[in-house]
Amino acid sequence: MNETTIAAISTAQGAGGIGIIRISGNKAIEIADKVFVSFSGSKLSDLEGYRAAYGNIVFENETLDECVALVFRAPKSFTGENVVELCCHGGNLVTKLVLRAVLSSGAEPAQAGEFTRRAFLNGKMNLSEAESIMNLISAQSKSALKAANEVRQGAVSKKIYALCEKLELTAAHLSAWADFPEEDIPEVNDENLRFTLTESYKELYELIKNYDAGKAITQGVPTAILGKPNVGKSTLMNLLSGFDKSIVTDIPGTTRDVVEETVVLGDIILRLSDTAGIRETDNVVEKIGVDRAKEKIEQSQLLLVVFDSSIPLDDEDKMIIDEIKDTSAIAVINKSDLESKIDIEYINSKFEHIVFISAKQGSGKEELVSAVSKVTGTENFSASAVLLAGERQRNAAEEALSSINSAIEAMDMGFSLDAVTIDLENALTKLYELIGKNVSEEIVDKVFHNFCVGK
Amino acid sequence: MNYIAGKYDVAVIGAGHAGIEAAFAASRLGVKTAIFTINMDAVGNCPCNPSIGGTAKGHLVREIDALGGEMGKTADSALLQMRMLNLGKGPAVHSLRAQIDRRKYQDIMKHKLELQKNLELRQAEIVKIEKTEDGFILESRTHAQYITKKVIIATGTYLGGKIFIGDVSYEGGPDGMFAATELTKSLVELGLPLRRFKTGTPARVLKSSIDFTDLEAQHGDEPPQHFSFETEGELQNKVVCHISWTNENTKKVILDNIHLSPLYSGMIEGVGPRYCPSLEDKIVRFKDKERHQLFIEPCGLDTEEMYLQGMSSSLPEGVQSAFYKTIKGLENAVIMRPAYAIEYDCVDPTSMEATLEFKNIRGLYGAGQFNGSSGYEEAAAQGLVAGINAARAVKGESKFILDRSGSYIGTLIDDLVTKGSNEPYRMMTSRSEYRLLLRQDNADERLTPTGYEIGLISEERWQKYLAKTEAKENEIKRLKSTTLSPTEELNNILVSRETSPVSSGVTLYDLLKRPQISYNDLAEVDKERPDLEPIIIEQLQTEIKYEGYISKQKDRIEQVRRMSEKALPTDIDYRDIAGLRLEAQEKLNKIKPLSVAQASRISGVSPADISVLIIWLSSRKGGK
Repeated sequence: MNETTIAAISTAQGAGGIGIIRISGNKAIEIADKVFVSFSGSKLSDLEGYRAAYGNIVFENETLDECVALVFRAPKSFTGENVVELCCHGGNLVTKLVLRAVLSSGAEPAQAGEFTRRAFLNGKMNLSEAESIMNLISAQSKSALKAANEVRQGAVSKKIYALCEKLELTAAHLSAWADFPEEDIPEVNDENLRFTLTESYKELYELIKNYDAGKAITQGVPTAILGKPNVGKSTLMNLLSGFDKSIVTDIPGTTRDVVEETVVLGDIILRLSDTAGIRETDNVVEKIGVDRAKEKIEQSQLLLVVFDSSIPLDDEDKMIIDEIKDTSAIAVINKSDLESKIDIEYINSKFEHIVFISAKQGSGKEELVSAVSKVTGTENFSASAVLLAGERQRNAAEEALSSINSAIEAMDMGFSLDAVTIDLENALTKLYELIGKNVSEEIVDKVFHNFCVGK
Repeated sequence: MNYIAGKYDVAVIGAGHAGIEAAFAASRLGVKTAIFTINMDAVGNCPCNPSIGGTAKGHLVREIDALGGEMGKTADSALLQMRMLNLGKGPAVHSLRAQIDRRKYQDIMKHKLELQKNLELRQAEIVKIEKTEDGFILESRTHAQYITKKVIIATGTYLGGKIFIGDVSYEGGPDGMFAATELTKSLVELGLPLRRFKTGTPARVLKSSIDFTDLEAQHGDEPPQHFSFETEGELQNKVVCHISWTNENTKKVILDNIHLSPLYSGMIEGVGPRYCPSLEDKIVRFKDKERHQLFIEPCGLDTEEMYLQGMSSSLPEGVQSAFYKTIKGLENAVIMRPAYAIEYDCVDPTSMEATLEFKNIRGLYGAGQFNGSSGYEEAAAQGLVAGINAARAVKGESKFILDRSGSYIGTLIDDLVTKGSNEPYRMMTSRSEYRLLLRQDNADERLTPTGYEIGLISEERWQKYLAKTEAKENEIKRLKSTTLSPTEELNNILVSRETSPVSSGVTLYDLLKRPQISYNDLAEVDKERPDLEPIIIEQLQTEIKYEGYISKQKDRIEQVRRMSEKALPTDIDYRDIAGLRLEAQEKLNKIKPLSVAQASRISGVSPADISVLIIWLSSRKGGK
């Protein structure tokens, strides 16, 4: 394929001590030579593959940064093309300047997922691997890395293949039974059929559940802190912030004052919304109101609802509680060192998990970690268990699950087995999709759409 | 000495089930047609079982009929017994199967051919097909030359036919007819990719030598349904079939003599089908199975020959006689015709388009067993499509291709030309991913509008069809708008059918959604209902009950349709597309699929290859 040479920043923006600019394509080395001046005087084009050179990035007579350049020659590179990786000192500005220099020297900016697309097209990885790479690079904690690696090694494929085989056997029996009525093929036993379907359902359900827990680990859980003014939301914030360095980022496309803060709590990343609001307004009159709480509840998967144990519950507290409904929630009781005046039984009846914190004593951290991991299902999450990679795989598994479910329902409702067979085949089609046996164009589009630039 | 014996638009070689439908379709579409048979007494012969239909095959017959073909009508006329198979297994797999009087069937077909306008039925063994600038010259063994614009090859098992019975083998066609031995050479010269397949048939035994006393009888349905949407009046079941079983002794006789089978001694090189193997195949491959079922079927009303379905064999005549005699009821069986295996030449169907025209030889078509299929019904379906296409090509009209989402015929042909087949291809319901839509009961709804459009459905039948669909739609409207009160009478019916009673008003439509409740169950509480044909009731019941499934299948069709719209050029060399695996490049170059959807069905083309194709297509569109 007569592809252009592309370049992009391939490290996460804003973080880390090194920034890498990756260039891939026929002219990758040639272009890199235009901006890279090695201290030894040798050119990158003189280097073999898997070699590194140390030097400066110079553009328009200005030295931008010191840099290590890594040379990979086709096909022995990530994309299967010639690749140069320029490893600079990082920082948003410097890496952007280096990228600009590379683009000015003849490279084109890489589209979303383009490096991986090229790697995929050049036979460097299969679809399943390509997807797990996305998880690999966005994995923000150690256990996620381990899980993402498992997928690369084909654990999901193996699991799904085994599941497919089981369902295929059943489907084949059903087909033979219908297509050869004169061949005395034993009737498909309802009990066996139900057993196979139920077992497969359980297996798939476990896969999906573990994925969701895994997602909480790799990508974080959208979390909101709720509570009346002055009950101690900022105390909770401070407690959470103590766990790890928190990063505050503007989320593009949202209103200017919505800020998300990421907190690593044990294995889990909590993505706290509207934390600036909490900090800024905690000491003044806060106008959060129930409407605001509703909005937050809708956008979150986990709610931390704060109460002040030194004062009795009032209507406002109860209104907030009533809005929670199905969202996972933890009651956080502040000022637990003071005399308790709160109706703890009422809270008990509404929340499965209650955590007591005290700013003075600095207590409650451990309890909070444990409650959060229970609520998000990450407590039982096993990184060494098979894990689906990405939303595409989850969707396929979910659809297969729903097809199996409708097969079971069809049996319960007394539908004929031809209908059950069709559900079963639909489930198989979805499972094949999951392991890349029958990819439709939408899938490919989705996969590449979801890839971040230059990873 | 050669002489010009006729000049035609379309010439059909072979007057079996494929050839007949091809000839009827072409001549009825107004082009001058000839049909050649190797023997005038072999027209429309059923050299294997005396039956038409069966699972998925019954669907094909109804579809052929819905498009204006002949098979269903003739089967109805020659009916001996009719059964709907798979009742209780669901509407998708219901299939009609008819025992027929095979001689009567032949006579009716032959006579209809003789009476058909624009059509000449001639006895001639075609030995040579010569391509000319604007058509072909066919030459017969007796040196007659026929000039024609289009040719349809429907040679069945006659082409290069070779019979095997034990260690005896000789050139021959089915039922003692002689084989077409010369034509193969000419086809090879034309460059057709030929290969050899094999099939077989069981013995026919004398009825009076069978003891039916302890055999289970199998009766037809009452009243019998008909295949053809045009057949009127009530049909009659005239015969009973019987069921018996092989036993340990049968197994022993066969295993003791297995070395005498030409299949196991390596004499037969042709590939046989997995689904209708000889008894020795079944016994060798399924060693643990204690017994095998057989059906004893009458061949006609004016004959005592009985067909032993399931007992096909190529063992020596003496061994056949011995193992048949081990079977209950056949202890004294007199074999009238022995079982035999037959090997024949056929073509790799991936060399054809979905019109059944050869990609490299324009104007030449193939149909039936010659294309690597098996079965009368599969043959007839292809004959119909080849005939329609040949006639339309003569008239300069567009190609006629049936979609796999709309018919079993379309599925059959798509499978053949896209996936090819390594054994004689038999239609099965499990081959269709759209099974709940492609039912035998709604074949007319799916295809009669098409049949009318191309000109094979008469105005009279069309009006009848319109009236029928209107009646059905009105009834569905009525069922949706009629609400029943929760009376005791209604609830008694519901409870007696083991489904929950209702406490508020409910529409007839919603009640019929319950799998347990049939249209007839509600007769007592639905006094206003119109008098409807049973087939309309069957159709609307299925559509109501399976509504959810039907709409899911329609969604899937929509998905595939989008892929079908991604047209692939036929003039590209897939070796130029980097990223395709070598196997995929070769397969794609061979098939030259017309769309990404078709490419995705080619075996050896992986999902990853399809991704590459899609990306290649979009980059191509992007002007790169």
